[in-house]
Amino acid sequence: MTLLPWLLTLLQAALFAAAAPLLVGWIKKVKARLQNRRGPPLLQVYRELWKLLGKEAVMAHTASPVFRAAPYVVFSATWLVAAVIPLVASHLPSAAMADVIVLVGLLALARFVLALAGMDIGTTFGGMGSSREMLVSGLAEPALLMVVFTLTMSAHTTNLASVMDYIAGAGLLLRPSFLFALGALVLVAVAETGRIPIDNPAAHLELTMIHEAMVLEYSGINLGLMEWAAQIKLMIYGTLIANVFFPWGIASELTPVALLIGVMAITIKLALLAIALAVTETVLAKMRLFRAPLFLNVAFLLALLGLLSHVILEVGA
Amino acid sequence: MTLMHLSLTEQSVFVLAALVLLSSFALLAQTRLLSAVHAFAWQGALVAAVTALMASAGDEPHLYLSAALTLTLKALLIPWMLHRLIRRLALERHVETVRRPAVITLAGAAIVVFCYWVVLPIARLELAATRNILAISLSVVLLGLLMMVARRQAVSQVIGFMSMENGLFLAAAAATGGMPLVVELGVAFDVLVAAVLFGVFFLQIRDSIDSLDVDRLNRLTETDTTTVPGTEARP
Amino acid sequence: MAISLQLALAAIAVMLCAGALAFAAGARASRINDLYFLLLGASGTLALTAGLGGLMASTPPATTLPFGLPWLPWHVRLDALSGFFLLLIGLVSIAVALFGPSYVRGLAHGRDPLSVLGGFTGLFVAGMLTVVLADDAFLFMVAWELMSVASYFLVAFQHEQAANRRAALLYLLMAHIGGLCILLGFGVLAAFGHGFDFDSLRNALPPTPWTTVAFALAFIGFGMKAGLVPLHAWLPEAHPAAPSHISALMSGVMLKVAVYGFIRFVFDLNGDLHWGWGVAVLTIGSASALMGALFAVVQTDLKRLLAYSSVENVGIVFIGLGLSLVFLSTGHRLLGVIALVAALYHALNHALFKSLLFLGAGAVLHSSHERDLEHMGGLLRRMPWTGLFFLIGCLSIAALPPFNGFVSEWLTFQSALQAWQLDSGVLRSLLPIAVAILALTGALTAAAFVKVYGVAFLGRARSRRIRRAREVSLGMRAAQAWLAVLCLLLGVLPMPVVALIDAVPRQLLGIGLAQATRHGWLWLTPVAPATASYAAPLILLCLAFAWWLVRMLLGRARLRRPRRSDAWDCGFAPPDARMQYSATAFAQPIRRVFGVLFRIDESIQNDSGTSRYRLQIADRAWESFYVPVARAVQAASRRVTWLQSGSIRVYLGWSLATLLILLWVIS
Repeated sequence: MTLLPWLLTLLQAALFAAAAPLLVGWIKKVKARLQNRRGPPLLQVYRELWKLLGKEAVMAHTASPVFRAAPYVVFSATWLVAAVIPLVASHLPSAAMADVIVLVGLLALARFVLALAGMDIGTTFGGMGSSREMLVSGLAEPALLMVVFTLTMSAHTTNLASVMDYIAGAGLLLRPSFLFALGALVLVAVAETGRIPIDNPAAHLELTMIHEAMVLEYSGINLGLMEWAAQIKLMIYGTLIANVFFPWGIASELTPVALLIGVMAITIKLALLAIALAVTETVLAKMRLFRAPLFLNVAFLLALLGLLSHVILEVGA
Repeated sequence: MTLMHLSLTEQSVFVLAALVLLSSFALLAQTRLLSAVHAFAWQGALVAAVTALMASAGDEPHLYLSAALTLTLKALLIPWMLHRLIRRLALERHVETVRRPAVITLAGAAIVVFCYWVVLPIARLELAATRNILAISLSVVLLGLLMMVARRQAVSQVIGFMSMENGLFLAAAAATGGMPLVVELGVAFDVLVAAVLFGVFFLQIRDSIDSLDVDRLNRLTETDTTTVPGTEARP
Repeated sequence: MAISLQLALAAIAVMLCAGALAFAAGARASRINDLYFLLLGASGTLALTAGLGGLMASTPPATTLPFGLPWLPWHVRLDALSGFFLLLIGLVSIAVALFGPSYVRGLAHGRDPLSVLGGFTGLFVAGMLTVVLADDAFLFMVAWELMSVASYFLVAFQHEQAANRRAALLYLLMAHIGGLCILLGFGVLAAFGHGFDFDSLRNALPPTPWTTVAFALAFIGFGMKAGLVPLHAWLPEAHPAAPSHISALMSGVMLKVAVYGFIRFVFDLNGDLHWGWGVAVLTIGSASALMGALFAVVQTDLKRLLAYSSVENVGIVFIGLGLSLVFLSTGHRLLGVIALVAALYHALNHALFKSLLFLGAGAVLHSSHERDLEHMGGLLRRMPWTGLFFLIGCLSIAALPPFNGFVSEWLTFQSALQAWQLDSGVLRSLLPIAVAILALTGALTAAAFVKVYGVAFLGRARSRRIRRAREVSLGMRAAQAWLAVLCLLLGVLPMPVVALIDAVPRQLLGIGLAQATRHGWLWLTPVAPATASYAAPLILLCLAFAWWLVRMLLGRARLRRPRRSDAWDCGFAPPDARMQYSATAFAQPIRRVFGVLFRIDESIQNDSGTSRYRLQIADRAWESFYVPVARAVQAASRRVTWLQSGSIRVYLGWSLATLLILLWVIS
């Protein structure tokens, strides 16, 4: 009896990892269509990943054990976060293992190791990418925490499943604080997952890259793991936005029908989010690096206003 | 009393009021004059929407009139005039350098907390659900003033001034269900006249000191009586 | 007298003996080197055992010693709070005892420096142990000054360099101003109590304005010693100037003794708490955390960077204490306890990882005589063990799970996230801002330590000295291993540690964290399981499992050994060590974004064809705080220079007049 939920947890984690490339493929497809291209097939991302995972890795002479271990640490930490976030069902046993702050901490662990790996070979671009990544993430972190704070003020918990329960249980409420928090989380997600206008996932010029510059020296299976981890991370933020602010449809009990509805709900939500992301990426241009602080300043301000409007408007004197 | 006990209309009033506050911050952060005018127009539209929703929630039909007045004046007419003014002064591409934007936004946030604290005893007295908006409207007033402090461009100062008036209007609508119509018409007329006057005034300033930087107006002070005409510092 | 108190007193006695031995040995000090550090280790072990005893005992043992003033014998007492800090001192002392023998041998040059070093180290550690045991204001101040003065000589140990002499003088000056404030603070309490022992001070209960005066004096005094902004500027000068194992003791332990003093004074002795104090502590703590982290990011001297990061971590401890004060004074006692436990936990963590990092820096210094990050690189290949332990230190200090720094920051966040329970809306909106600063600080620290590790240990060697570096001796590695293992243990098994620390609030405030420990050793649930839970062992297990799974499924045998090749060079010349991103370059974006807070002096010198980039970053605390104060003091002293006529008879005349007036006053 107690085995089934754990089994479902494993299944959900596997599903998360398996679906992440599909999400990226979908975004690429939508973007291509918006730009009047046919774009790569939806499953192309899987093919690339499979190819990379089967290829021999080449490493620089100067690579240290940190460089070799980094892909595994990054992938494991990111995947662990994915396993804890409710994707299809909210009350899985893994949810109690870590609350939102632990999840943020695990993503920070992945980023720390990734940035170290960028510095390891001793090339210019790796260091450049690491330095920029640490700046962007450093400014995103307070905004993200402020979002968590705003949610906690109403929901009184940092456990993701409980937050979702609370929001789903409260019915349709127009909360100014949640509106601002959502806006802030979207901006943070864009910055953290390295999308336009902060970073360009399809960049080919070393000088402008952030994430790609850090993994420049990776190849073969190591590169595959890094790419896969980045795809999972994108899906993590997508799921956070979709399931925390719009928790409807998620399975609250573990029956086949509820789970099926849960799968369909999250598919639709993520597909819609991906379309929105593709549209903004098509419309916007990448910013200069030193515009990024302004961007994240806006995110922080939004989250702060969310908190203030909660205190001022929603609680009552 | 929490949000759950309010009707959907009242909830939307809160959301819109929060957006008014956001538009104040947007004004504070805008460096392009045209974008600032747009933000100001949005603020006017939001204030009008809040007023209209209040009218429907509190069943006070005369507020509809105020809402319509606000919409035409603050969201359409004055922005249009400012737009035209900027065109005439050839300031469309003017980008103002705001020093330490992060500090100013943080100061803005501090002002909001302060307003909340100041308004607390008043908000306790009132019974209407919309009483909490008082703090927001006071913040909008003070943020408008902060904008006037932070900016050097005369046109941005006018926008700050107008945005203060938005806050006052919001406060009146939130606290007492709007001012008497006569007063409101008078104020609206005043603002309109002020906008026209400012326009004329700017053209004059620019003609005489060749700039709209209010810091240059310092030169009008009589600091040193021994200065020989013609030897003062060049701009 | 309980056995734990006897052990603690024995620890002090052993340390004093060790110091005396070193002084007595004089020029032969290098011969008794091993014996000396054996004694230090023994003292550390005694303190550790005594501390555990103090934390576990239900009634604190106390006694009086036959020293001191005739009417005020020295009181000592070992309650849970003292026990906790004894434990902390003991843990670090053991590491230093392991590290010391081979490290000090490297310093043995000059006439008889080792005897001076050993002697004052003995006095220093004995002073710190006595401070936490003292149960009356008199003994407390004597021990406090012993600690300050002894550490002055340690800072001035390498006094051949002018910078070190200056740092030491500044340190002495600040320590004395701080000491004076603490003395006055005790004076305020003593004026309302009847005696100088802590029991009388506790029962003094001065009227309202005076408690605030006492609080302010204690906050300034202990805050100065702890290195809080804006009084921190001495710390990054003084701590790096001492030999590395002393830096570890100063940053790791002495700052915690200041934290101990603050907790003892404010939470224990000084009557009712006021929420305004909490806000003051929270503000100063946040400012210290932020400024410390920012300055740490831009430093290029390894030990200086670590010292600035101490400012940051002390700031985090004080954020916890501030939260605790706010919650306790508004009646949310349980939340106040969580915040206090978080602060204590972080103090312990910082003692461990900062000592670890300072010892690591000492190992690098010992092996390569290099402190400048810009000359390092690739040390991981040359010093693999030191590299591994240093990495654990970096991961811990950057507050990453599953290491110990994360647990204490998580607890701090958890207590702050309960801000919704407060009645005042203003506090409800202020607390999150303070904690957002904590989040920013955490991210900046991560940036700083990515920089340190990436530039020093990864990449390629930037200078010949580094290229010749070799792994250090077994003892030095063992010291780091001891601390690194503790860092991991405290991160993975937070439950037993919280249960142990819980004794402190139970004795101090009469309320413990029953909730946190209720759900077994696996789950840390400070408030309630539904609110937040953290299962560190499970996280570690899952990480390991995921790693294993990935390796099993994907790491096919022929892929295990990667092919080696040259790094990508963009089709130009192959990259050399000088093309690497330097420490200055790494920090450039952050330096630019937060430029307002630094005083940056940047220039390019162009002489005879070669250009040289020069960058100086000054602490604004100097120009905005220290220099004006110094000027004011100078101006004030100039006013009274007319007294100084130079004639001895005039001076005697002043003395005579003073005597006459005093006699008149007391008659």
